[in-house]
Amino acid sequence: MLKYVVNRLLSLIPVILVTSFMIYWAMSLTEGDPAMMIAGDGASQEMIEQIRHDLGLDQPFLLQYFNYMKGMLVGDMGKSYVTNKDVFATFFQYLPNTLYLGGSAVIIATIVSIPLGIYTAIHQNTWKDTAGMVFALFGTSMPNFWLGLMLIIIFALHLRLFPTGGNFGWKSLVLPAVTVGFGLAALITRITRSSMLDVMRQDYMTTARAKGCSEKRVIYKHGLKNALIPIITAIGLQMSLVITGSVLAETVFSWPGIGRLVYESITRRDIPMVTGSIILCSILMCIINLIVDLVYAFFDPRIKAQYSKKG
Amino acid sequence: MAAKKRIKGRTMFQETWHRLLKNKGAVIGMAFLALLVVVAVISPFVFDYETDVIGQNLAMKLQAPNSEHWFGTDEYGRDLFARVMYGARYSLAIGVGSVGFGLIVGTILGSIAGFYGGKADDIIMRGIDIFYSIPNILKAVVIVSLLGTSTINLIIALAISCATNYARIVRASVMTVRDLEYVESSYAMGLPTWKIILRHILPNCLSPIIVQTTLLIGTTIISASSLSFLGIGVPAPAPEWGALLSGGRAHIRGASYICVIPGLAIMFTVLALNLLGDGLRDALDPKLKK
Amino acid sequence: MDLVLDIKDLVVHYETEDSDVHAVNGIDIAIGKKRTLGLVGETGAGKTTTALSIMNLVPDPPGVIKNGSIMLDGKDVLKMSDAELEAMRGNDVAMIFQDPMTALNPVMTVGEQIAESLELHQNLKPEEALEKAKEMLKLVGIAESRAYDYPHQFSGGMKQRVVIAIALACSPRLLIADEPTTALDVTIQAQVLELMKDLINNRDMSMLMITHSLGIVAEICDDMAVMYAGRIVEKGTVDDVFNNMRHPYTEGLFNSLPNLKEQGEMLEPIKGLMPDPSDLPPGCAFAPRCPYATASCSEAVPELKAVDGSKTHFVACHAYSRPDFTLRRNKNEQ
Repeated sequence: MLKYVVNRLLSLIPVILVTSFMIYWAMSLTEGDPAMMIAGDGASQEMIEQIRHDLGLDQPFLLQYFNYMKGMLVGDMGKSYVTNKDVFATFFQYLPNTLYLGGSAVIIATIVSIPLGIYTAIHQNTWKDTAGMVFALFGTSMPNFWLGLMLIIIFALHLRLFPTGGNFGWKSLVLPAVTVGFGLAALITRITRSSMLDVMRQDYMTTARAKGCSEKRVIYKHGLKNALIPIITAIGLQMSLVITGSVLAETVFSWPGIGRLVYESITRRDIPMVTGSIILCSILMCIINLIVDLVYAFFDPRIKAQYSKKG
Repeated sequence: MAAKKRIKGRTMFQETWHRLLKNKGAVIGMAFLALLVVVAVISPFVFDYETDVIGQNLAMKLQAPNSEHWFGTDEYGRDLFARVMYGARYSLAIGVGSVGFGLIVGTILGSIAGFYGGKADDIIMRGIDIFYSIPNILKAVVIVSLLGTSTINLIIALAISCATNYARIVRASVMTVRDLEYVESSYAMGLPTWKIILRHILPNCLSPIIVQTTLLIGTTIISASSLSFLGIGVPAPAPEWGALLSGGRAHIRGASYICVIPGLAIMFTVLALNLLGDGLRDALDPKLKK
Repeated sequence: MDLVLDIKDLVVHYETEDSDVHAVNGIDIAIGKKRTLGLVGETGAGKTTTALSIMNLVPDPPGVIKNGSIMLDGKDVLKMSDAELEAMRGNDVAMIFQDPMTALNPVMTVGEQIAESLELHQNLKPEEALEKAKEMLKLVGIAESRAYDYPHQFSGGMKQRVVIAIALACSPRLLIADEPTTALDVTIQAQVLELMKDLINNRDMSMLMITHSLGIVAEICDDMAVMYAGRIVEKGTVDDVFNNMRHPYTEGLFNSLPNLKEQGEMLEPIKGLMPDPSDLPPGCAFAPRCPYATASCSEAVPELKAVDGSKTHFVACHAYSRPDFTLRRNKNEQ
């Protein structure tokens, strides 16, 4: 098993290299001449050349990229054009907040939607099912930044229950977490429902009943454990949705996470910050996907066996 | 052929259409979408772009909905109703455009990967996996930064995401069908490969593609509005719904209706698409429903 | 009462929005202690529905038990409460299903699945139950160490043995086997049948063997009942029916078997197809395909009547109201 994990981590490297190269290359094409921007108006040609040399911009592109990635390994991804602070350090300063937000959203969404999905599956074709499906439908139809705005209007402005933004304790986490989690919850509810419906049709459910298992036991012990496998896969696939949602929610609620960092860097044309953030985000995504795969293997013994054999 | 005429049967298309009509949700969805298309088409004739849509009239700014301005006015005094109606053009164009491009590119890639397997499959799938690992918005950020902020570039950026989506689906469908015996017999008959793919394999992938298309248009519209909201989508002063919400954000306390109405437009549009997509899924394969 | 199972006048329909399927149309089945009854019929005859009804496991919706009583050791299954049903299933009656590939839960070990039966009915602690489960594995010819393996690690035949182990774990009085060997290779079939024969002989158990193979019936059944379109058309001991069959359908079934002794003869299939259970013909359901049918056959459903005053052999056929009627097969052999 351990060997499998190591293998997977190693296979991430080519993915990360290709991804970061593409991003680095794309972003390097967007900026004007950074040396000129730093030197400012009226700087002499020599000064600009000097700055260019200092920044390593006179070297071949691949070498620049190589140095950049080397720098990442020691935590140096350049400095922000705007704040002149270290890109790498800034990213990791804001990352925990996004993890809190994303983590809370996922937890809330899962706690609400898996039971709801099971419930609607058991009561298929009744009004309870329809109600649940309507909720899921609306949830996947609304843009989450708009939901954020609506929540602010209702709960922060009119009802004054929560702050409109910023990070002032747990109350500030609620509205952003709901914003990110709502769409996720709607999606998970649908997936849970259809997974459970699939599982309930299986022969081994009849076997379990024929053994004398109570209906409850059949559904939760035999059904759910099998249904969880595709559900977890699906949740895993949505992790990038959580990051996307966080970018939007953090912007709406001024939540100090990497989402808002990316947004503000974009508007301020802070190329190093944008480049570094996106690359680090992608790496983060790869790691999250790996974790999800491992969780998935934990639940499905057929996959676990495959990996153990390899390892 | 004569036998076909005597038996009062239906083609698969008619069957599907018939089943679709039975689904109330799908019918509502289709009706709304039809209305939306009408609005998009006639907007340029009803509203004059220069005066109604982007013409500023600061004296009239930030009026709540009233009899003269059904949706009120925005922070520059522009009639919100005109802007929202006109905005439908952007959402539909971007939705259909991105998904359309993505469909063509994705289907080609997916067919190649699924049909030939081996190296081609590996390379294509690895490429797709790499794209998948970057969250959507960040992908768009990179592409728009590279190409500049404009509607066309937005469509390109979103089309790439759609293409990866389709590539996966088509590849899976093609792989399922490729090994079936009737494909082997087509080979044995001597049909050229591209004909086999086009005539025998792709028609069987139609169902998931059709369903995915309606749902994907919905997600694309949401993505487009999200990016416009962040300022990297459709450039101002275009009345794209997400951009409208972005403008309204500064006035959320005093004129919150600006933050509500365009969002409702997005939600109902995507809702209609989802209802239609679900209905299509049920109509195309009724066995799945039970 | 020496009967382990006594089904009377069972009627089961599947009611969907498109159609009303008459799966079982008034059948009587009785199985005595330590007797094995073979329920024979083609696919769609209603055999599995009958089997599921015995444990009240017919999926509802769309299945509806319209009529009848199923007496299990004197208690009517159809009137039992949920708690009584759960106590009965797996404990008094157990079932072996047709497809071993899908009958086992893929995410539970084999040992756990057997042990679950024991935990539910015999109040054993998980460790004790697992020990007993291992014994059951040994009984069906599987190494005890494999109790910790998952179903996907077993072959089809071995999976079926696991299913048998689960069924027999609590020593039920009645075992229902729904085509247990149909999905297996022929050689494995023989092995599994041997196993079942042994296990039954050593226990105080009755069995309902559902099959479409007359060979299996000959191998291990004491009694048999022939089912067609949801009705029993002939029943008796295996001796009765094999040597002295009466119903034209039964004759058709036996005629369909290739005869080693008379090689070169043409196979004689029964003409036509089994009727659509949502649209049964009036009167005798076999009449449209029956070589001996007359107009009166389609007027009323024939009742089961004793053959030559036998206490065990019954047939439901209008033809026998004519005193001189015999099947062609019986004529030839006379």
